[in-house]
Amino acid sequence: MEFLHALLIQPFADMVMEPAFFIETLVKGLMAGVLYSLVALGFVLIFKASGVFNFAQGVMALFAALTLTGLMELLEPSGMPKALIVILAIAATIVVMILLALIIERLVLRPLVNQELIILFMATLGLSYVLEGAGDLLWGSDVKVLDIGLPTDVWDINGVFIEQLDVTAAIAAGSLVAVLAVFFTKTRIGRALRAVADDHQAALSVGISLQQIWVIVWSVAGIVALVAGIMWGSKSGVQFSLSLIALKALPVLILGGFTSIPGAIIGGLIIGVGEKIVEVFWYSVHGGAVENWFAFMLALVFLMFRPQGLFGDKIIERV
Amino acid sequence: MLYRETGQFKRNYAADQQLFPIFQDKILLGVILTVALAVIPFVINDYWSKAILLPFMVYSFIALGLNILVGYCGQISLGTGGFMAVGAYSSYKLCTAFPEMNLVFVILLSGGCTAAVGVLFGLPSLRIKGFYLAVATLAAQFFLIWMFNKVPWFYNYEMSQITAPPREMFGFLVSGPQASPTAQYLFVLGFLIVFTWIALNLVRGRIGRSWMSIRDMDIAAELLGIKPLKTKLSAFAVSSFYIGIGGALIFHIWLGTVEATEAFDILQSFFVLFAIIIGGLGSVLGAYLGAAFMALMPVGLKVVLVDGAGMAVDTAKHIEIMLVGSLIIFFLIKEPHGLARMWQITKEKLRLWPFPY
Repeated sequence: MEFLHALLIQPFADMVMEPAFFIETLVKGLMAGVLYSLVALGFVLIFKASGVFNFAQGVMALFAALTLTGLMELLEPSGMPKALIVILAIAATIVVMILLALIIERLVLRPLVNQELIILFMATLGLSYVLEGAGDLLWGSDVKVLDIGLPTDVWDINGVFIEQLDVTAAIAAGSLVAVLAVFFTKTRIGRALRAVADDHQAALSVGISLQQIWVIVWSVAGIVALVAGIMWGSKSGVQFSLSLIALKALPVLILGGFTSIPGAIIGGLIIGVGEKIVEVFWYSVHGGAVENWFAFMLALVFLMFRPQGLFGDKIIERV
Repeated sequence: MLYRETGQFKRNYAADQQLFPIFQDKILLGVILTVALAVIPFVINDYWSKAILLPFMVYSFIALGLNILVGYCGQISLGTGGFMAVGAYSSYKLCTAFPEMNLVFVILLSGGCTAAVGVLFGLPSLRIKGFYLAVATLAAQFFLIWMFNKVPWFYNYEMSQITAPPREMFGFLVSGPQASPTAQYLFVLGFLIVFTWIALNLVRGRIGRSWMSIRDMDIAAELLGIKPLKTKLSAFAVSSFYIGIGGALIFHIWLGTVEATEAFDILQSFFVLFAIIIGGLGSVLGAYLGAAFMALMPVGLKVVLVDGAGMAVDTAKHIEIMLVGSLIIFFLIKEPHGLARMWQITKEKLRLWPFPY
């Protein structure tokens, strides 16, 4: 009886009794969701263009953040103004991510062309290990503070505390999606990308270079990873657990559908809000740390009823 | 010259159907078994047991289980660590609830518990496949580990770290800190031999062939009258059974004390998955080769890099991680069937050696 009360009645009573706290939790969840969405965006990009499920996306975010902090540390003694250092380091990291995309295309994707997708998936699993080892080897494995001058203050609106960093992340995600949407629909390369996503062979036959497209897509995904890495890193430091948190982008994808950019955003928000609210308001039922698995369980249940996700294309199978 | 089956005729069905039809294979197997059973027990010491042989054998066992699911039935699972934890914790519960029960039964029963949990988490495989399923199995990984940490019943309301109570087999201690390396080694070896034999027969029998048909093309298999429900869930059950026993063996024999978040985290799932990719998907031998590779490579690298070249321990660790990742990609590109396939090619070449034409 007590258990049922804690499960069914108490949380809702709490929500109504303390609306400010509820809204704060809600906002926190939304912001966490934005961060998940940022990682998920990178997945969707690569999946749309090449059908590859890039397990390494999270580690790419970690790698980008590590490279950025490493470069900033290198530039620190030169005495340049902080803003210049940040801009230089970000530019250099973008170059590194593009180089990485070139290397990945040449060494991993090209030899595996025409293989089953599941093989490619496992190759990205291997890739995530390579990147993780390389990042640690190059920049050391201790927790680093990433400070690129993003606002860190807290707004107090009628007792609801909102971190400015979270708002920045939301703006960054929003503008990224807008830019990507324009990129995909208006530019030549964007249309080529969509053509490749629709049908590899047909795209090849009208003269679209698959290899070039893949490099572009992986570069864009690398840059998205950099943005995600900056946001996560500013929030909680650059460390290995970043790549594990990024795993949560996977249930986000399942919820939103693998091929839909808006889906990635909405899925991220649902999961972010859901896990925060369950964590906070149902605390007495489960005793904490549900954030570790809540998203996966939600995705699991969701998959039972709608395997293609909220916005995904319907999966049709033929013999 | 040495490895040629010319003149080895099969005169009845039994001879045609045996597991090792080639005479030279039997000799090789005999040599391996003799060394494993009659030489190693006398020379084994604590270091060899805890650092090399036990990890290798336990991970072979688990890789065997995962290979049934991934390699034979084509269902990708990243929940291995969680299932290992189920095996470990259920064996702990059984062991402390029924102190009189023989350890073999405890471990077998905990395998059964894991099989039940595995079937439960295998249910989504009926609707989804490929990497969708991989994500779904991550739910098993994270949920189970969380559960073993949060629900005090599982660790008997004491510390969340569980410790294996001492248990005897035929009068020899096999678990607990006082157990001799020889007894522990033989105990695990016994499990390994029996269950390898079972696996070899399972995968070539009716059930194994139905797994493989689901793997190769599930819709076609369904049209042929193979029930996906039964086939997929049986693969999950058998695989989890093996993985659960492996987890119980890790807990009771190899480590002695485990803590769910550390001993069975997601890296374990990757570790075993990598072992079967490197060893060879869909091959019993591959599970052994991959587990040997993955369990022994860190030890070897440590000897070479840290003791030999004087490198820092964590630098060596990073190099190891990179090496594992690159090897995965290398194998997927060059030899998707892994070390087992390489061995097979070697055997093909050996048949003609030294006159290849």
